[in-house]
Amino acid sequence: MSAAEVVRAGPFVHSVLGRRDYAIISDIVEPNSRVLDVGCGDGELLEWLAEHKNVDARGVEIIGAKVQRAISRGVSVYQGDIEQGFADYPDQAFDYVILSQTLQETRQPLKVLNEMLRVGRRAIVAFPNFGHWSVRLAHLWTGRAPKTKLFPHDWYDSPNIHFLTVHDFKSLAEQEHWTVERGIFLAGNREVSVMPNLLAETAVFLVHR
Amino acid sequence: MIVETQSARFDSISLDCGVVLSPVEVAYETYGELNPARTNAILIEHAFSGDAHAAGISQDGGKPGWWDNMIGPGKAFDTNKYFVICANILGGCKGTTGPQSINPATGNPYAMQFPVITMSDVVRLQKMLVEHLGIERLLSVAGGSMGGMQALEWSVAYPDAVASAIPIATTARHSAQQIAFNEVGRQAIMADLDWNQGNYYGAKPPARGLAVARMVGHITYMSDDSMREKFGRRFQDPDEALPDFSKVFEVESYLRYRGSQFVDRFDANSYLYITKAMDFFDIANGHGSLAAALERATARFLVMSFTSDWLYPTYQSLEIVSALRGRNRDVAFCELPSNYGHDAFLVDVGEQTDLVRGFLASTFRSKS
Repeated sequence: MSAAEVVRAGPFVHSVLGRRDYAIISDIVEPNSRVLDVGCGDGELLEWLAEHKNVDARGVEIIGAKVQRAISRGVSVYQGDIEQGFADYPDQAFDYVILSQTLQETRQPLKVLNEMLRVGRRAIVAFPNFGHWSVRLAHLWTGRAPKTKLFPHDWYDSPNIHFLTVHDFKSLAEQEHWTVERGIFLAGNREVSVMPNLLAETAVFLVHR
Repeated sequence: MIVETQSARFDSISLDCGVVLSPVEVAYETYGELNPARTNAILIEHAFSGDAHAAGISQDGGKPGWWDNMIGPGKAFDTNKYFVICANILGGCKGTTGPQSINPATGNPYAMQFPVITMSDVVRLQKMLVEHLGIERLLSVAGGSMGGMQALEWSVAYPDAVASAIPIATTARHSAQQIAFNEVGRQAIMADLDWNQGNYYGAKPPARGLAVARMVGHITYMSDDSMREKFGRRFQDPDEALPDFSKVFEVESYLRYRGSQFVDRFDANSYLYITKAMDFFDIANGHGSLAAALERATARFLVMSFTSDWLYPTYQSLEIVSALRGRNRDVAFCELPSNYGHDAFLVDVGEQTDLVRGFLASTFRSKS
């Protein structure tokens, strides 16, 4: 069985707003909860969660044009930097703090994660898996900074500054004594159940302290 | 939309300074229809030199309102959906009781006998008006500059009576710089001999002093960029070759024009009282701290500032936002790009419109 066939064998994952990681996140989030999405972009996930799960939705986003779009759709978004964006919030202000496809772009990922777990009872972290076989092969074969579907940027204009794998996240959780409640792994439109470090394109973790 | 300024009269109002002002009159306009559940009312707060005529075309004079680009059918404050109210503030000179009103004790204008007023007095009178109109809870209170101070004051003084607040280009308290500019304006008025300790009603008003005060104000409302773009170093009459004191730069001519125009529509004593009320304003007054004050506020907030506004810089909006977030209040914040300086909230309305519209719609869905 080839790697691709193993991937295809996993259960199908639906999508929310065209995004399968959003579907997983929205399955995790309990109705009527308090949710903070850091790096929330134009607030589409928060709007969806407010509408379908009746959550109290808040966001943090640095890019002004995205903040404007988010507020225009009625989502309460604060224009600010993620890494300083938590400072004002009291402890345990939220039931969930979501960080979607942004961890690898932060300057101090551990600090960000710790702040997420301070202001939220649980953190939901979704990131592209640098351990995916396509990344490994790209690096091995070309001998250059890997450029793949998951990591499409040239090294000199990539927003990604910290590359991590499924294993890396798990061992960090262990080191920091976080409890990993769930780990859900995605490849294409399928959930990956074996060898996620090699086969998952995207990982979604639900953790608490 | 032809509109008419209306008036409500109350027996008295107790002021922070201990004086009971009696009677008190308030000029206001309304646009749109109050819904049967009375949940769609929005109070618009005017800035320093504004008045009750915020939108539409006035019946007398045919002038458009000062925020007509934001209020009306299909606009940010959509009068097809919402019932919009705007009132001239206490101490003003456009129909609400102020220094030029007749003091019933003397039969003459109050002039400088008018009691000192605060933003909380201003808002207390608005609360009386809103109740008079049969509204228990406002969907929103919105305004820029001094209007934003009133929106903040409402949210703290009457938390149960406001579902949301939109403070724009404003501050929780004036900085030394802001007080300083106001003081220059006040001194210009009082240095004019025609001011006569405030007793100029029926005589010659302190037009030169008031005009100079307004000129200073206008400089602070613009930005270096917007002035460069609008006037540059151009002369009004570029033909004269020799340097001559009578040669006038366009920016000088503009400021003189604005100054002289202001004299026709504003009362110098109102200028003194209202600027002082702005300087006194500190939302922390009586609460200990900014955070403690804003903890009382339960409204949703939309806070906006503008990149080129150096009179009410973004850091002042962020102070408000930071205190609200510290109490985990529902607050949206955005710094909008604009070259227009402090005037941006009045003239640069494209992006403001989208934000206000979305914010009001979601507030109306969830809180009414």
